[in-house]
Amino acid sequence: MSEINYNYDQKVLPKKVLNIGLGLLVVGTGFGLIGLLLDSQRFLLNYLIAFTFLISVAVGTLFLVALEYVAGADWSVPIRRVTEFFSSTVPFLLILGIPLLFNIGSLFHWSHPEAIANDKILQSKAPYLNTQFFIIRFIVIIAIWSLFWFILSRNSKKQDTSKDQSITKRNIRYSAIFIPVFAITISLISIDWIMSLDPHWFSTIFGIYFFAGTVLASLSVVTYAVVKLYENGYLHPRIKKDHLYSLGALLFAFVNFWGYIAFSQYMLIWYANLPEETYWYLNRWEGMWIYVSLLQIVVHFLVPYSVLLSQPAKMDPKKLKFAALWILFAHLIDLYWLIMPNYHSEGGSSWIYLLEFAFPMAAVGILCVVFYLNYKKTNILPVGDPKLEKGLNFKL
Amino acid sequence: MEKKLFGVTALFNTPDEIIKAAKGVRESGYVKYDVFTPYPIHGMDDAMKLKPSKLGYLTLGFGLTGTFIALFSMWFTMAMDYPMIIGGKPFFALPAFIPVTFELTVLLATLATVIGMLTFFFYFPNNSHPLHDTTFMKAVSHDRYGVCIESIDPKFDITKAKTALSGLGGYDIQEIYYPEKSDIRLFDPKFIVFLIVVAAVTSGAIYFALNKLVYMQPFTWMQHQQKLSAQAETKFFADKFSMRPKVEGTVARGYIPYEFKGLAAPTTEIVNPTFPSEKNLALGKKKFLTFCSPCHGNYGDGDSRLRGQFPNPPSLHSAKVRGWNDGNLYHVLVNGQNVMPSYESQILPEERWAIVNYIRVLQKAKNATLEDIQAVRKEGK
Ligand code: HEC
Repeated sequence: MSEINYNYDQKVLPKKVLNIGLGLLVVGTGFGLIGLLLDSQRFLLNYLIAFTFLISVAVGTLFLVALEYVAGADWSVPIRRVTEFFSSTVPFLLILGIPLLFNIGSLFHWSHPEAIANDKILQSKAPYLNTQFFIIRFIVIIAIWSLFWFILSRNSKKQDTSKDQSITKRNIRYSAIFIPVFAITISLISIDWIMSLDPHWFSTIFGIYFFAGTVLASLSVVTYAVVKLYENGYLHPRIKKDHLYSLGALLFAFVNFWGYIAFSQYMLIWYANLPEETYWYLNRWEGMWIYVSLLQIVVHFLVPYSVLLSQPAKMDPKKLKFAALWILFAHLIDLYWLIMPNYHSEGGSSWIYLLEFAFPMAAVGILCVVFYLNYKKTNILPVGDPKLEKGLNFKL
Repeated sequence: MEKKLFGVTALFNTPDEIIKAAKGVRESGYVKYDVFTPYPIHGMDDAMKLKPSKLGYLTLGFGLTGTFIALFSMWFTMAMDYPMIIGGKPFFALPAFIPVTFELTVLLATLATVIGMLTFFFYFPNNSHPLHDTTFMKAVSHDRYGVCIESIDPKFDITKAKTALSGLGGYDIQEIYYPEKSDIRLFDPKFIVFLIVVAAVTSGAIYFALNKLVYMQPFTWMQHQQKLSAQAETKFFADKFSMRPKVEGTVARGYIPYEFKGLAAPTTEIVNPTFPSEKNLALGKKKFLTFCSPCHGNYGDGDSRLRGQFPNPPSLHSAKVRGWNDGNLYHVLVNGQNVMPSYESQILPEERWAIVNYIRVLQKAKNATLEDIQAVRKEGK
């Protein structure tokens, strides 16, 4: 039965994708470095935004791959490679994190011994929040993610030639291990890199909040790439709107999930009205931040919600592309809103600089390059996957 | 009476066959046909070329109605009609209202969907159908897949329909007739009684089980808090009172002691510091009706319900009281007089003066002259 032949010609991705990617990367990094010279603290935070953005997409796509295995989904098999391609960003996170590790002192208040000395709260958090443990955690977590990425995608590629069905079974097992590991590590990463910027503040739902954004961002990247490839005929001809619909429905579901989590976090803190929690929101209620905060509701929830609400919209390539890019942008804004209020300007304006788009631009560039290189050397269709036939036949 | 034909049915064995059959029936030009499967089958909508259901609009409409009802009623009760401060939040505390709004939206949307589906598609309360109680229905609700071409189809012809179905691979082809009489009624009195009995028994049993047999509190730390409740005994203070007396030698914030306390009358004249503006009189009226009218009557005639049960409260229109200056009235209010208690702790100074002004208005109204009335008329113009 698995003798069906899928050898259709894999179209060559135009060099344009690579060039755009490299262009974004070079220009973004260049302007970012200028920014660093102008105002190092601000642009370090900016780098952190781009970095967490890449974390979202990289490990988020890895999660989506694992999810497909665990859930036994058929529909996503023919497009799983797109997701896998993006997940190969994971090991690079270690390299990309190095500049930040060298600047822990300028990013994190808790890393200063003199700050801890006069601060009861930081003292009791010190066993967790200290530089050595922070670095260890980071390296271990990225290593674990890379390991799972390596196993899952290498097995998947092996299956292309060996057609060995037991590989799927093994991958299901690894995915089942990965998902709880992911749940814990993504919380730790978000607490370490984002929440601890303000070491006095805490929210027990923060990990889930970041997770919701992560899944949204990675789904949007995948959706955008799939729709683009679909429109230009790079995917298998049997992939149709039913597949797009599933992506749209997942996006819609996670837009709601994000809204639910974001509101839960806000409402509980607002209702309990404890000063040690509310000040975090109050900081985001000052100056221009009030507009960013209110915009979050519109940008991150209302707009994608209304765009994706109707059934036809979820399979309309144009609307899907728009929604995907929009949500990606919204995730950037969300990260900006989480991270940037920790910047303490000395007299400088706190409005968004144009230069602040530089590092996120570079991050998008990295995604393009990673995708291009992976596409070049790997099948876009997992031809050895036993569920592929079912996946191609998928109908709503 | 002749039996009336409902349609022709055929069974199939696999999902693939039924998809093909549905396609085949549609392609032969039938429009009044339906497919029956024990579970939803992917691709059926496409095979039958079904249009998306219109039910979604009903869901949306009722969902929005739910949103509106929730927000409106919370706004009206909590912010408009009887504003109450809860937890130091604004009267219209939107974040706190969102969960309720969400729930009501979802509730109305789902109820409307279910009820709409029952009424528009299943012709509720009609609950019988010619296919009920047939072997065909037994098969398709178990492990077979079936098609039924109905006789109301414009192209329907019994032999052609049968050959079409068997041509598609269907077996067990049957003619289904309308039952001669349908005695399945939804609102059968026996059925209603049955429902009521079931409801009473289950809710009673649950109540008994949860409240008498296994009474458990999931947690108690909200019910039993380390706080003082008024009127209750406390272990916290040595004297066991939770309501505390005033600390010796202190005065409450904003409290100005009344200097003629305990005297029969003020020894120097107290001057009314307020101007009887419309607003001031409205306040006076409100406070008078709250505090004074239960004894002195709504117009100060001393004719309240208390007459005969209590030392009769005097009329405030006596020559004596009318002859008093404002300060004297104020004094009685603050100090009390014989059996009339002092209102010092309930009524603020400016409210007291407003009451005094209002009593003056009542007195004037009771004893108005023709000139007064003419003057008011003139002003009215
Ligand atoms: C509990 C019933 C009660 C209430 C309530 C009450 N009074 Fe009296 N009031 C009396 C009685 C009884 C007397 C007669 C006392 C006495 O025997 O001297 C009286 C006497 C008076 C007098 C003196 C009348 C006189 O002829 O000596 C004035 C003025 C007066 N009340 C004003 C007020 C005002 C103003 C209020 C509202 C703040 C008020 N009362 C509320 C029962 C009441």
